[in-house]
Amino acid sequence: MKRSWTGRPVPPNGLVAGSLLAAAFVAYGIWGFRATAVLGFAVRSSTPLALAAMCGILCERTGVINIGIEGQMLLGAFAGFFGAAAFGVVAGVAAAVVLGALVGAFLALCAVTWRVDQIIAGAVINIAAAGFTSFLYRPGRVIGSLPTWRIPLLGDLPLLGPVLFRAQPLTYLTFVVVIGLQVALFRTPWGRRTTAVGEHPGAADTVGIDVARYRYGNVVAGGALAGLAGALLSVEITGSFDRGMTAGRGFLALAIVIMGRWRPALAWAAALFFGVLSGLVNQLNFDRVFDVPPQFVAMLPYATTIVVLAIFSTRVRPPAAAGRPYP
Amino acid sequence: MSGRREGDAGAPLLEARGLTKRFGSVVANEDVSLQLRRGEVLGLLGENGAGKSTLVKMLFGLHRPDSGEIRVGGEVVRLRSPRDAIGMGIGMVHQHFQLVPVMTVAENVVLGAEPTRHRFVDRRRAAAEVQELSERFGLAVDPDAVVEDLPIGAQQRVEIIKALYRGAEILILDEPSAVLTPEETDELLRVVAELAAGGVGIVFITHKLREVMDAADRVVVLRDGRVVGEVAPGDTDEAGLAALMVGRSVVLRIDKQPARPGGTVLEIRGLEVDDDRGRRAVQGFDLEVRAGEIVGVAGVQGNGQRELAEAICGMRPRSGGCVLLREHDVTRLGARAIHDLGVAHIPEDRNKHGLVGSYSVADDLVLNRFDEPGFARWGRRERAAVRRWAEQLIIEFDVRTPGVEAPADSLSGGNQQKLIVARELSRESVLVVAAQPTRGVDVGSIEFIHRQLVAARDRGAAVLVISAELEELLAVSDRIAVMRSGCVAAMFDAGSVTSEAIGLVMGGAAGH
Ligand SMILES: Nc1ncnc2c1ncn2[C@@H]1O[C@H](COP(=O)(O)OP(=O)(O)OP(=O)(O)O)[C@@H](O)[C@H]1O
Ligand SMILES: [Mg+2]
Repeated sequence: MKRSWTGRPVPPNGLVAGSLLAAAFVAYGIWGFRATAVLGFAVRSSTPLALAAMCGILCERTGVINIGIEGQMLLGAFAGFFGAAAFGVVAGVAAAVVLGALVGAFLALCAVTWRVDQIIAGAVINIAAAGFTSFLYRPGRVIGSLPTWRIPLLGDLPLLGPVLFRAQPLTYLTFVVVIGLQVALFRTPWGRRTTAVGEHPGAADTVGIDVARYRYGNVVAGGALAGLAGALLSVEITGSFDRGMTAGRGFLALAIVIMGRWRPALAWAAALFFGVLSGLVNQLNFDRVFDVPPQFVAMLPYATTIVVLAIFSTRVRPPAAAGRPYP
Repeated sequence: MSGRREGDAGAPLLEARGLTKRFGSVVANEDVSLQLRRGEVLGLLGENGAGKSTLVKMLFGLHRPDSGEIRVGGEVVRLRSPRDAIGMGIGMVHQHFQLVPVMTVAENVVLGAEPTRHRFVDRRRAAAEVQELSERFGLAVDPDAVVEDLPIGAQQRVEIIKALYRGAEILILDEPSAVLTPEETDELLRVVAELAAGGVGIVFITHKLREVMDAADRVVVLRDGRVVGEVAPGDTDEAGLAALMVGRSVVLRIDKQPARPGGTVLEIRGLEVDDDRGRRAVQGFDLEVRAGEIVGVAGVQGNGQRELAEAICGMRPRSGGCVLLREHDVTRLGARAIHDLGVAHIPEDRNKHGLVGSYSVADDLVLNRFDEPGFARWGRRERAAVRRWAEQLIIEFDVRTPGVEAPADSLSGGNQQKLIVARELSRESVLVVAAQPTRGVDVGSIEFIHRQLVAARDRGAAVLVISAELEELLAVSDRIAVMRSGCVAAMFDAGSVTSEAIGLVMGGAAGH
């Protein structure tokens, strides 16, 4: 464990990435295409979780707890699908992002300006989103699925090619967002100020940082990412919309934020962990190694969350001012 | 930094003219005028609640004056936020530090004004600049250390460097020495003198008259929000300053009867306690406190005093040894159970453990007995009874507040402390554990709190006082234990020991 420039000891990102990669290749060496299938599934199913977790990280690092991610995702999925059905894919994704950002602005208004309890504000968002999307839902629309982009050269690599470099556009966008946020949070003035605002708003204020502005900015940006995560689910992965289709992924993302210790790269690794878990059970089922009902598979991430949080949550430390209005 | 003005050379660096500030019905500052010249140390004195913090917060843009004007270098400025003040070359070290605990020293220093390379924070330059300032002004800090790992004295040096990094020519220090050990304070005074010699103008708020006598070129005294006097330290002495502050003469040393100790109340055997980071802070600690005596605990800060107090009061798990209260083993009991056995606790960190800032003064005053028959019936609060009790207490303990319904965090720092003392000492108790009982309290009130501690002793309580102020310990204690590396290094009879002898043991000379 090194002590990073930014404080508490964390496993270095290089070490995490390196061991993940090594484990993947060992698996590939042993199980061949089955490993590729599991990991491919893992990456695909973890991208919406990772993006949603980025929303959680952005919000909590500035001191605003956002439990409305689920609702923002659902609205994003809704706007993305029906926008795409009516005006094309680009318009759909844009609509999802804008709607997510608007809901983020509402949360910021509640949390920063009105000083409402942030948990209540988030719950309101979730309830309103569920009601709104089921009320307006009309079955029967279809959209074309997004193309798969194969990256030249990288796409031909064994294992890594099919898993990482033959993906759909929004998946690539997720990679860029996660890596970009990781760098920006720890290396840029914006990132350091964001962290200061979430840890000790008084300290930020007395050096002339506008706490409210940072909170608004990050919560709105986070909302946009949650909206995008929703669109990823409906437009890119399933190509359809269902009532309540986010199925608790927004809450899972909150657990991932904690497991990832409020760090984008580590959170991505946590999301991948859930992805691998589901992928593995799916594959074993498919191979008839054992026969479990699909509901059991669907339950796994949530059950694991409980166990993992019970272990992790007492050992990690959230941003000190999370959930507290300032001044 | 741009925006600084070069006014005419004869004008004072900083000037306040007729500043007035009201909070509701409270007039915190009324028609306050003062001048600060280049290279000058201006001492600002006043009782708790006199308006010192309010005044300097206006000078730093944290409060807006209701009337009056502020001039920097002779020109009128409007300070709407700290950003404006920083732009004018004003820096402030706050009464409560404003550092991000999880960030490094360098990060904290440059926060909000980061040196960048290609839009990224230039860490190397940040560290180099901190290093440079640290060497130039003799403020020893490690740029890469994480702030929360640093002792209080080092954190304060970081705060000063932070102000200097922003190009401060005017430095405001609000009770900088309240949390420092005597050695750290001497160090601070040396730095202040050096900065002044380099042309910085310094406003220095303190309750410790010795520091003003040592460091200040000029002293302004506030009382009830008004300037009541301006003197040069050479023209007066500590007693004179105290009288000017309080408006009456103050006894700087209390006289008390010799102790008449009874049976043992608190007995600690081989106590082991861990600090927040899991390191052993108290180890093999033995102590006995009898009814009717005051035992003082001296020691350089960070030798386990805080953990000791918290462990006795049940706020921190005890990893080994035992604590007996009147022969009952209380080692495994929690805070509530120990409190119910009659232990009063004045905690070191008043904001964290002492009071609930958003509660009213009245509610905070009954925090330790809100459920007693007199104050509650059928699980309901007896508002009228609580109110009457609170009103009586704030008069008795001279807590300056607009009323018992005011929120506790609107009180000045020293008055918050007096509130806690009032609550803890107004309940009959068998043991009083007082950690830094007079931190941030003015001379008049120090005298009063000391008397209250002695009165508790004379009522038959065992009293344990933990303090960084040797003078305080010498004044109130009957016996003094010196704590070093988590255990008792020496035990003295307070009547016959000198502060030099204690200081030697604190510093590491053999004591057994
Ligand atoms: N935010 C606030 N709201 C209401 N009243 C306040 C507020 N801040 C200060 N006051 C009141 O203004 C008066 C002056 O307080 P101030 O903090 O300036 O005193 P001080 O001289 O710094 O005292 P101390 O030595 O105890 O720190 C006090 O009566 C206090 O109760
Ligand atoms: Mg003050």
